[in-house]
Amino acid sequence: MKISDCDPLQGRRLQVLSPEGKADPELLPEFDDESLRRIFGQLLMGRLFDRHCMALQREGRLGTYAPVEGQEACQVGSVLALAKGDWVVPSFRETMAAICRGVPLETIFRYWMGSEEGSRIPRELRFLPVSIPVGSHTLHAAGMAMAIQYKGEADAVLCYFGDGATSEGDFHEALTFAGVRRAPVVFFCQNNGWAISVPRSKQCAAASLAAKGVGYGFPGIQIDGNDPFAAYLATRTALERARSGEGPTLIEAVTYRLGPHTTSDDPLRYRENAEVEKMRALEPLVRYRQFLKQRGLWSEAWENELAASHQARIEDAARRAESAPPPTPESVFDSMFAALPAHLARQRSELLDALKEG
Amino acid sequence: MAQMNMVEAINLALREEMERDPDVILLGEDVGKEGGVFRVTEGLQQRFGENRSIDTPLAESGIVGCAFGMALLGLKPVAEIQFMGFLYPAYDQIISHVGRIRNRTRGVYSAPMVIRMPYGGGIHAPEHHSESTEALLAHTPGIKVVIPSSPADARGLLKSAIRDPDPVLFLEPKRIYRAIKEEVPEGEVLVPLGKARRVREGGDLTLVAWGAMVREAQKAAEELAGQGIEAEIIDPRSISPLDEAAIVESVKKTGRCVVVHEAPRTCGLGAEISALLMEQALLYLKAPVERVSGFDTVMPLPKGEHFYLPDLRRILRGARKVLEF
Repeated sequence: MKISDCDPLQGRRLQVLSPEGKADPELLPEFDDESLRRIFGQLLMGRLFDRHCMALQREGRLGTYAPVEGQEACQVGSVLALAKGDWVVPSFRETMAAICRGVPLETIFRYWMGSEEGSRIPRELRFLPVSIPVGSHTLHAAGMAMAIQYKGEADAVLCYFGDGATSEGDFHEALTFAGVRRAPVVFFCQNNGWAISVPRSKQCAAASLAAKGVGYGFPGIQIDGNDPFAAYLATRTALERARSGEGPTLIEAVTYRLGPHTTSDDPLRYRENAEVEKMRALEPLVRYRQFLKQRGLWSEAWENELAASHQARIEDAARRAESAPPPTPESVFDSMFAALPAHLARQRSELLDALKEG
Repeated sequence: MAQMNMVEAINLALREEMERDPDVILLGEDVGKEGGVFRVTEGLQQRFGENRSIDTPLAESGIVGCAFGMALLGLKPVAEIQFMGFLYPAYDQIISHVGRIRNRTRGVYSAPMVIRMPYGGGIHAPEHHSESTEALLAHTPGIKVVIPSSPADARGLLKSAIRDPDPVLFLEPKRIYRAIKEEVPEGEVLVPLGKARRVREGGDLTLVAWGAMVREAQKAAEELAGQGIEAEIIDPRSISPLDEAAIVESVKKTGRCVVVHEAPRTCGLGAEISALLMEQALLYLKAPVERVSGFDTVMPLPKGEHFYLPDLRRILRGARKVLEF
């Protein structure tokens, strides 16, 4: 597959799996049956984890959470294309990518439960912590790619962001730098249709976001974001380009946010339920289940068994996250600098004294 | 007069000013159809249309930079930044352009605009949603920085801010957005910018607090009153310009001062107020000015934010320190 076959300026979009679950035999990657089933397992894990977070939030056991429901295919497919040495720079809706990359479920829970320990992701996983300010992390990905290039390493960087982020100034600076330096980075936009209440059409007047790459001197490709194979193929091709010194690629995965922006948001205020219902039929699990069924790789019993085992793992991780010790007052200060400066040491003991006095 | 919380009072101020002056225009992320993530601008797009309540793309520098351009041509933009933690992409516009234009052009141009934003901690929000970097703004030349601490004040101050001929940053303490209800007048009742409010009268010490910290100071004053100590509370309502006279006058009377703010301590407003008292009330001071503040740390995530925010216990400790000096 070539990126140039799917020129967004000509309105082409990469799709391997049709909404009915039919695969294009020319494009279908060569996965064995076990791998094909594993992809479903990951999609399902993402869905169940996400729903558990939503449920815990409603019970007051987890803070504000940004659900990923509907966007699982983008993340499962793209992470599948990564090599172990590649870096992932997420925004805040990449829970699924984190799980696929091996970030412990307990760590993910702890972040959303409001603890700094949830950002303690082992460096070996090469997965940066959540970035809340929109779009600013795209520059970090460009810089990391420049560092890889400088050091002559073979790795690449995969950076996720949403359609809203493409409106921020930092996004344009990131593409400018990465393009000029031909840095080994893949910009992966999950266009889920909405930046909180603002629809994609009011976010940017351009016909496609993928085409923006062209303006910065590198290709863009628009893909069906509810198709894990399209996400895999596009990311793999873009990573190959990056590794061979050809520079960055911008991927626009057209997907749909089925849930709210976060648990603090009420989408009924700004979008029609009919739109959501229409998109439900196109969501990745439905489509991929059809695909497996057609190949005789799916049964209800198998899915139920899988779901039960995922659910047990999720609940166990949630329990461990909840029973983790609360932060100490010292923890407010102790990671601020490598060595605690005197003024912070004073503020620290002041707080400890105040707490002691009761 | 109706009982209102701060969200409703700000909404009322916006509605009244939009009715009064067709040049008043709202813009920001989600301000229109959704009515803002805190519902502060609820119903205004329905009432005034999409050209006066504009849902913008997700771009803070774009919002403030475009609002500045509108203001140059005589409109009165009221821009919303969704959370103060997202202000920083726009800070370049504020410090490089918004705050300088009148001075730079010797008055040929000006930027009569308002930038509203929720700020501060205490609501268990995610990262970057609880910061209170007010001192950065107070340190910026050419802008005014206003912080209400009650619904009636919020309405009266915002109306003044919209009518002000210069740029005003209007920081809304989201922790008390819905926590306080009071009678809020309608119509031409304005609260002037740069004038403090004496929230409580007392002769033994002065507590200077603004935003959500006023309520904490009130709790401390109640507690002290139970011990026979009368605390006076001064809410400056604008941290820039600061009502120096009101603070100095109160401290000349009480001889003791505790400044309470949730922003980090170093180079915070507490330092400014302390220096002010050194300059203008040194011989009246019976104790050094005490600062009860947030720490010079990253604002902790929800599980740790109670360590950071000044509370009753820490304010009482500060008060004891100046009383027992």
